[in-house]
Amino acid sequence: MRTSLAGLTLASPVLVASGCGGTGPELAAFGPLSAYGTFTTRSITLDPRPGAAGPRLAESPSGLVHATGLPNPGIDGFLATELPWLVQSGAKVVVSVVGRSLGELAELARRLGRTPGVAAVEINLATPDPVSNGVLELREPQHLGGAVAAVARELPRGVPVLAKLRADPVRVVESARIVAEAGAGAVVVGGALPAALPDGRPAGLSGPAIAPLALRCVREVALALREADTEVDVVGCGGVHTGGDVRAFLDAGAVAVAVGSALFHDPTTAARLAAELTDIPADTAGGTPADHLGGEER
Amino acid sequence: MKAHVRAEVLASKRIGAYQHLTLVAPGVGERFRPGSFAAVSVGPAGERARLARRPFWIHQVRPLGGYAATVQLVVEPRGEGSRWLASRQRGDRVEMTGPLGRPFALPKEPVPVLLVGEGVSAAPLFPLAERLRERDCPVSLVLGADDEAHLLSALEARRTARAITVVTHDGSVGARGRIPDVVAEALRRSDAAVVYAAGRAATLAAVAQAAEDHGAWSQVAVEEPSDQPWACCTGLCQGCALPVVGEHGAPREVRACLDGPVLRGDRVRWADL
Ligand SMILES: Cc1cc2nc3c(=O)[nH]c(=O)nc-3n(C[C@H](O)[C@H](O)[C@H](O)COP(=O)(O)OP(=O)(O)OC[C@H]3O[C@@H](n4cnc5c(N)ncnc54)[C@H](O)[C@@H]3O)c2cc1C
Ligand SMILES: Cc1cc2nc3c(=O)[nH]c(=O)nc-3n(C[C@H](O)[C@H](O)[C@H](O)COP(=O)(O)O)c2cc1C
Repeated sequence: MRTSLAGLTLASPVLVASGCGGTGPELAAFGPLSAYGTFTTRSITLDPRPGAAGPRLAESPSGLVHATGLPNPGIDGFLATELPWLVQSGAKVVVSVVGRSLGELAELARRLGRTPGVAAVEINLATPDPVSNGVLELREPQHLGGAVAAVARELPRGVPVLAKLRADPVRVVESARIVAEAGAGAVVVGGALPAALPDGRPAGLSGPAIAPLALRCVREVALALREADTEVDVVGCGGVHTGGDVRAFLDAGAVAVAVGSALFHDPTTAARLAAELTDIPADTAGGTPADHLGGEER
Repeated sequence: MKAHVRAEVLASKRIGAYQHLTLVAPGVGERFRPGSFAAVSVGPAGERARLARRPFWIHQVRPLGGYAATVQLVVEPRGEGSRWLASRQRGDRVEMTGPLGRPFALPKEPVPVLLVGEGVSAAPLFPLAERLRERDCPVSLVLGADDEAHLLSALEARRTARAITVVTHDGSVGARGRIPDVVAEALRRSDAAVVYAAGRAATLAAVAQAAEDHGAWSQVAVEEPSDQPWACCTGLCQGCALPVVGEHGAPREVRACLDGPVLRGDRVRWADL
């Protein structure tokens, strides 16, 4: 089932969340990447990063606590060794970026905006541990707007900016309004929640444990953006595992959902959820994606 | 392609300290090569209470009960996940993915080889011994464990190995001691050109060093990092970072589940684990 996101036409409203689909081939071992609305890369930085030392993960009830330290080959390595494969695979590629400064973000956007095959750029404004990851700490919603504007300015028409926000119920609505004004084509709500590993190091919490919180944030953001009469779309992200979860996010006003850590548990999750929606012929579809999540779960 | 399936338990048998599970897992057994593993979900299919998957070596692949390629796992009940898996009964369903990881590389020539396995980690060496035997490689085997109950059956290996050394910590069977005490001698006697090892990190480090001293290649099947989950086991989550020596001697991290779990012993930075 097709959907539209920030002016892009997507094959499905089911997306692969940043950092949860590997570099591409790992997920493609279980089915073609073209089946997903987008394949969003892990967050790419200007310089290569080896990732964090020590235990990177811990399990928590219905959740996963993680501090991977953004391992990535840097923009040059990514463009040379990972992007070509992704484009070839037929995936709709969204490149997630994160930086130490607005200047770095702008530089990343400049490089990506010139590269064919990049459908959109997602700014990761939701890093749960910016300080230990050495990325720009954006405490105030106004700072988020500055980051979005810095990236949007560098991208050609037709390559939208997606702003990924923390599912922080206190600030997410204000943040969404500000990034919308700054030129975001869509907001992704949300990233991993700030948490700690058992040894106390800062980390993110993902998984079904955070779904109810993400849902609350998605609903409030969707309402606020509608009231503000913007064209900015909302992507729901956080703990999506089942068709019921997809329906809940779409009902809350999201045009698409991103599947993250569920892929770790079952790498076919997103493909299955996408297929549930694809079974409805596009021309008879109409209505919102939520109307078409049928099956016994309905 | 790798398969993600709801496998059915066909048989479960207790041998010593371990539970041997035979599963019907379409697509997993067919593509198996020694050294590859399966990732198991803990809990009823569809339940998402425990997100991290548990990796288990594929021990044997055999035709059984009308199925062409059933998969056998050897489970040592330790924590919650392995206990749950070990208590599955015939007919139960288990969500699993496989075969995963980089398997053992086989020598092109029929050279003598030494296989060294410790405790339950020795599981992938048994099908490897069969493959090596088929290639006319003379196979010697060192099996070690804490005690007899934790020793994977040496009887099974009698058919494939020409020499077997058994060593237990408490001396309940074989010589009393640890694998590192006997491996140099086993290398000398077998004159192995390749050593294949599976076990705890400290054991693998000692075996890799002994192989290097002897002038042999080593291939080690690692279960590191072992102080945290390998959450996805499929290369997606970047969790199982393993310190290695890259090309030109530069230190780097690889994903143990994808670039391993079998690696060259001289490539692993054992001191940094
Ligand atoms: C490649 C590979 C192959 C393996 N093959 C086998 C096999 O064939 N047979 C077998 O019995 N076992 C095998 N294991 C071990 C097995 O996967 C489990 O780790 C083991 O059974 C313990 O899991 P559990 O759920 O019972 O324990 P739990 O204690 O419930 O483990 C919970 C999770 O935390 C992880 N963990 C372990 N220690 C720590 C720690 N100190 N701190 C934080 N987290 C920790 C575990 O890996 C697991 O993911 C293998 C491991 C690897 C990496
Ligand atoms: C191991 C791991 C790595 C992640 N890496 C990134 C990343 O690089 N960039 C990013 O924006 N989000 C990253 N995320 C966050 C996810 O994209 C997602 O927003 C979050 O996990 C919540 O969704 P989920 O509950 O479906 O996993 C990561 C999540 C996990 C679990």
